[in-house]
Amino acid sequence: MFGDYSISDLGAILAMQGFAGLILFSVYVLMALGLAIIFGQMGVINMAHGEFMILGAYVTWMTSNAVQHVAPWLFPGYFFIAMILAFITSGALGMLVEWALIRHLYKRPLDTLLATWGLSLILQQAYRSIFGAREVGVELPEWMMGSWQATDSIQIPINGMFVMALTILITTVVFYILFWSSWGKQVRAVVQNRVMAGAVGINTEKVDRYTFGLGCGIAGIAGSAFTMIGSTGPTAGQLYIVDTFLVVVFGGAASLFGTIASAFSISQTQSTLEFFLSGSMAKVITLLTIVGILMVRPQGLFALKVRK
Amino acid sequence: MSDETKPGLKSPLRRKLLMGMAALPAVSMLGRPAFAEVPATSAVNTTGLAVTDSEVTVGILHSVTGTMAISETGSVEAEKLAIEQINAAGGVLGRKIKFIQEDGASDWPTFAEKAKKLLVNDKCAAVMGCWTSASRKAVLPVFEQYNGMLYYPTFYEGLEQSKNVIYTGQEATQQIIAGLDWVNKTKGAKSFYLLGSDYIWPRTSNKIARKHIENHLQGCKVVGEEYFPLGSTQFNSVINKIKLTKPDVIYAIIVGGSNVAFYKQLKAAGIDLSKQTLLTISVTEDEIDGIGGENIAGAYACMKYFQSLDNPNNKAFVPAFKKMWGEKTVIGDVTQAAYLGPWLWKLTVEKAGSFDIDKIAAASPGVEFKGAPEGYVRIHENHHLWSKTRVGRAKADGQYELIYETADLVEPDPFPKGYQ
Repeated sequence: MFGDYSISDLGAILAMQGFAGLILFSVYVLMALGLAIIFGQMGVINMAHGEFMILGAYVTWMTSNAVQHVAPWLFPGYFFIAMILAFITSGALGMLVEWALIRHLYKRPLDTLLATWGLSLILQQAYRSIFGAREVGVELPEWMMGSWQATDSIQIPINGMFVMALTILITTVVFYILFWSSWGKQVRAVVQNRVMAGAVGINTEKVDRYTFGLGCGIAGIAGSAFTMIGSTGPTAGQLYIVDTFLVVVFGGAASLFGTIASAFSISQTQSTLEFFLSGSMAKVITLLTIVGILMVRPQGLFALKVRK
Repeated sequence: MSDETKPGLKSPLRRKLLMGMAALPAVSMLGRPAFAEVPATSAVNTTGLAVTDSEVTVGILHSVTGTMAISETGSVEAEKLAIEQINAAGGVLGRKIKFIQEDGASDWPTFAEKAKKLLVNDKCAAVMGCWTSASRKAVLPVFEQYNGMLYYPTFYEGLEQSKNVIYTGQEATQQIIAGLDWVNKTKGAKSFYLLGSDYIWPRTSNKIARKHIENHLQGCKVVGEEYFPLGSTQFNSVINKIKLTKPDVIYAIIVGGSNVAFYKQLKAAGIDLSKQTLLTISVTEDEIDGIGGENIAGAYACMKYFQSLDNPNNKAFVPAFKKMWGEKTVIGDVTQAAYLGPWLWKLTVEKAGSFDIDKIAAASPGVEFKGAPEGYVRIHENHHLWSKTRVGRAKADGQYELIYETADLVEPDPFPKGYQ
């Protein structure tokens, strides 16, 4: 396959392919992080995760339009405002949903699956009614498009690097919140033993609401970032949901480290296979490998050690 | 109508009333009594279709909910516009068209069920509908069993022909071959990289493209052929492969949300479409709306219609469409093909002098529509359309600029020999 190409050509491709893998890794982490928090910390299977992402994308689209009309000079930097707004909107909707729907179902985890699936259908139709059935095009500022010319033959997508930087930032913040802040301690206490956490004075309801809101808010940021690389339409959330669940389940539901490790292994397998085989075959082999590993190790890559 | 309020109104009087009503608009339209113009219902409808002295019912069957709503919305809009225009011009055989709209909900069994409802319960004289091949395959047995008439608007992979379907879009060879010949001749293209979403239409189309490239174009070769699951959003690996193999032409048949991801990532990876030739048959003006004109500017598309076409029919059609559906709407190839459906049906009914399905099916070949926005179309023996193939180049404002069109109409050939 490589006989016809020069060494420098191959080197350049190898470097770009390496970046392609890392970008895919960042995308996977970003989309799975919100779900991992909700699934891992609360045991709620949020089937509407994709729709929370798309809400973020729509907020970005609206911000873009608004900024172009009201304050065009702000356009080059509007994306940062849009991401903050996306976090707030998706997070707020998440807290509302937790209050209205999820909190009544904590004792029936399988019912949350059904309820959030229904919610995802409702949200899809709501987007369709409000924003129209067609996809919307989100306009990006000039500096975020195109690629960075590292050498003559190596080009790295700028939006890919942007997603990578964003993923590192968000992951760091989430780890800080969950493992070093006092609120994070409360969350982990509630996860480990809800009754005892309540007994020592932690407001478990409030912790639940904010955790759910945080997960949804991060989904919103992810959706906002993905307007750079994907489509924004009423059902676009469905494009991400399968991969998202795959990453979270394969990593071990209750472990954030697991999510990152699994995102890394899936993305590297996928992008390497895609290069040597074809798109469809890469997907098939990746899925078969994951199924195989999960059969041997049903708890996923990483699991919390719990005395049973 | 008055059925519930006046149960005693028996048929002779009722009939007179209805005929009077039928005549009213016709009188105002033509300026003379229309009774002679409107043939008796019993003569034009011998099989019990929903045809009265004043009205004829047709069905519209598209997805307005679910994933396919993105694509099918334009078709619904075009069909409603055509029906409104036909009614304003006096209807079909003096009868106004009334439509019943059903939602296929992007679900193929639902399409079949709703098709049956439209044919059996509503007795629709014709149905404009379906978009994906999967939905058409689902309703085909229903239309054949209950003897209905379907006007199907989408360009598709061919390999089908039915007495009960008129295909107003292009079959694969009409869309592919002229475009490849053009790119080979004017761009001197020798190597092609074929891409597609992983389902029947892109696979069949690429098969035809490959056969044509390898057997009919001198010295040309395919350097790669690849498919991606529907809904794929990551294309960086294949873009690297394209960079490595440096094809003269990227031939892309990617659909849906993947489309947006593909073109955004292509641009981000530094592939400049003003230098790299890319030819697609799956991106109409509708799709560019979601992709963003700045991301796809410079790409070539092979279609039969572009919104920017410069002819008198299109100059009337585009403003009428925008007036009805909003200034911001765009009109893609399939939307135009959907607009042809009701008109072709009207012309066929008038040629046959009857609403009967068998007579329409027999009368269809040879029916010509001179008012088509794409120019002029004619129905072929095989129920597909003779139409021109055109190549357009995408501009940053989301419109195509016409670059090339075939001199003559291209013959539809749903079962192409040597391409299977």
